[in-house]
Amino acid sequence: MTTTFATPKPDFSRTPSRNGDRVIQFREALREAMSEEMRKDERVFLMGEEVAYYNGAYKVSQGMLEEFGDKRIIDTPISESGFAGMAIGAAMYGLRPIVEFMSWSFSLVAADPILNNAPKMLYMSGGQWGCPIVFRGNDGAGGQLGSTHSWCVEALFSNVPGLKMAIPSNPYDAKGLLKTAILDDDPVFFLESERMLGDKGHVPEEEYYIPFGQAHHMREGSDCTLISWGRPVHFCAEAAEELSGDGIECDVLDMRTVRPLDIDSVIASLKKTNRIVIVDQSWPFGGVSSEVMAQICEKGFDWLDHPPVRVNTEDVPTPYSKNLEQAYLPNKSKIVAAVRKVVSG
Amino acid sequence: MPTATKSAAKDTPSAKLSDATLTQWLRDMVLIREFELRTMAAYQQAKIGGFCHIYIGQEAVAVGTIQAINKDDPIVTAYRDHGHALARGMDPGACMAEMYGKATGCAKGKGGSMHMFDKPNWLFGGHGIVGAQTPLGAGLAFAARYEWEVLKKSLDGGKAKKKVALCYLGDGALNQGALHEAMNLAGILSTPVIYIVENNGYSMGTSIERGTTMADKLYKKAEAYGIEHRTIDGMSVTQLYDEFKPFVDILRDEQRPGFVDIKTYRYQGHSMSDPQKYRTKEEVEQFKERDGISSLAHHLMNERECLSEDEFKAMQKEVREEVMAAVKFAEESPEPDPATELYSDVYANPQPNLSPMRDYTQGQKNPLL
Repeated sequence: MTTTFATPKPDFSRTPSRNGDRVIQFREALREAMSEEMRKDERVFLMGEEVAYYNGAYKVSQGMLEEFGDKRIIDTPISESGFAGMAIGAAMYGLRPIVEFMSWSFSLVAADPILNNAPKMLYMSGGQWGCPIVFRGNDGAGGQLGSTHSWCVEALFSNVPGLKMAIPSNPYDAKGLLKTAILDDDPVFFLESERMLGDKGHVPEEEYYIPFGQAHHMREGSDCTLISWGRPVHFCAEAAEELSGDGIECDVLDMRTVRPLDIDSVIASLKKTNRIVIVDQSWPFGGVSSEVMAQICEKGFDWLDHPPVRVNTEDVPTPYSKNLEQAYLPNKSKIVAAVRKVVSG
Repeated sequence: MPTATKSAAKDTPSAKLSDATLTQWLRDMVLIREFELRTMAAYQQAKIGGFCHIYIGQEAVAVGTIQAINKDDPIVTAYRDHGHALARGMDPGACMAEMYGKATGCAKGKGGSMHMFDKPNWLFGGHGIVGAQTPLGAGLAFAARYEWEVLKKSLDGGKAKKKVALCYLGDGALNQGALHEAMNLAGILSTPVIYIVENNGYSMGTSIERGTTMADKLYKKAEAYGIEHRTIDGMSVTQLYDEFKPFVDILRDEQRPGFVDIKTYRYQGHSMSDPQKYRTKEEVEQFKERDGISSLAHHLMNERECLSEDEFKAMQKEVREEVMAAVKFAEESPEPDPATELYSDVYANPQPNLSPMRDYTQGQKNPLL
């Protein structure tokens, strides 16, 4: 009797309601996603700093050591380059690692394994070895963490072919996207936010997966398309609410993944509104918002009644001072101003 | 005491090997050398591009270490990787065709000289960035141990077994942070990876004494991480095997890491573009006098008396023909078709909108699979 290990395709047919009263935190949604997949597939394990005995630096993995034991919930020393590379070797061998970076800021010292090995392995081996691995952790400004600890890596890392990148904005999507990421045969960079881990929302009991490359259409409107991913999605929702009071209706898209990028939904919305504002938590130069704008110009230029406008973090290192950090980040008022500009132009 | 020496020699692991086995090892080493001579010629004719690092002089290391492990033990190496690929059993045609950038190459022409991958032979790549393979090696060993300890069966459903992973590195990689992180992790997690330093004395043109502390006591680097070590002469394949094989067996059984400093020498430059101003001809000649192929041939001809001069010459001729056939195969193979190969093998699970350029696809089946 032999049973081989196989990864099923995620079942996207079940799409339980986003509304309900099973309210849990973002971090719990992440934990549920990992635990459910670990129960089903023994090849899946979690590795990172403080994930086991400390119960997670941000309590994402709380209780997982107790359930799965220290052979599958593995504390590492502070050696991002070493343990990221080690997990890549394990993924090549046939395991399905989840690597937690306490912060994506710390992944920079692991740039060689995560950028030079994981996304390129399938190509440079001529299709012999892929790298089914999930790297996940906090991305973006936490709260006065200063320049080195506030990285938004989406611009830098999404540049590399061979990887996929998911950036959820709420517990429901976080769970469904992370479950899909774990089943995916490619390296997935999964960007969370320290500022959202305590956010609460309905997460259904029923199992579900969310496909990559499909934006969530959050709000209907015909005056301006407003798109974002990750934490600034919330600022977009606030801005849309305020603008609605003035009779400006925004069509709001939460992109959920940036690679793949659901440009089709963006263009479809643009055809309705003819105006677009892109909100991006990372720097503007060569970033995700620049990519979205480029694709809009390539695929939707004729539908634009006003040049696309982007709202990024300011183009400076992240400052420490509370008021400077607030001035640095995208926020509701910057988005409202941007939308007013494109609808009046 | 000649008698004692003789009886001791009989007890060594290599002494217990058959004449046929050792003759095969000699052939494996000759194959690497002949292959590399043809590689150099092809490079000089601009048939091979990019960076190209020649293994001549170090043949005993790849052959002696790979013969000490099982066929399904994973190995990973750096960019001077043709020797390991051949010693592991890669078809010389696929190896040469890869360097020619042909569709029949082991990576379909997408990898090149520094990226020899062979899944059926458990070779997890040549890797181009110095030291980058060392965390991967720890990971292969971690996974192999996980398979045995957690899954309790092999990934293909078979019986679980204790494995070791071999991770080769040059002495230049001793100074990369990745190795030190990897050794600490291997020590902490007790992963059965064996770091094999192919110590040829130079990282490019910098001699080991100029770039590495404690150059004559490299084992201290391993001691810092609680890893057991050996220092072995890598010019004689039998001597290497005699010291390496028992070490592998212990580490496999006890599932923990090891470190081996194997003193060897590359006769050629660092890469094909190296004028070798940093060393003397006399130094090169000193090592050539202890050449691994010559000394094994001498052992088989004069001590075991199982190989004649004529048989050795016939072996060399046969290997030359095999290598010429590999070159011919590479020459005559088709180039990869950009229409199917440029945008394939980027994603195992390609999906729309991953790139603004075009959709990715599944590529042609790899010739080794």
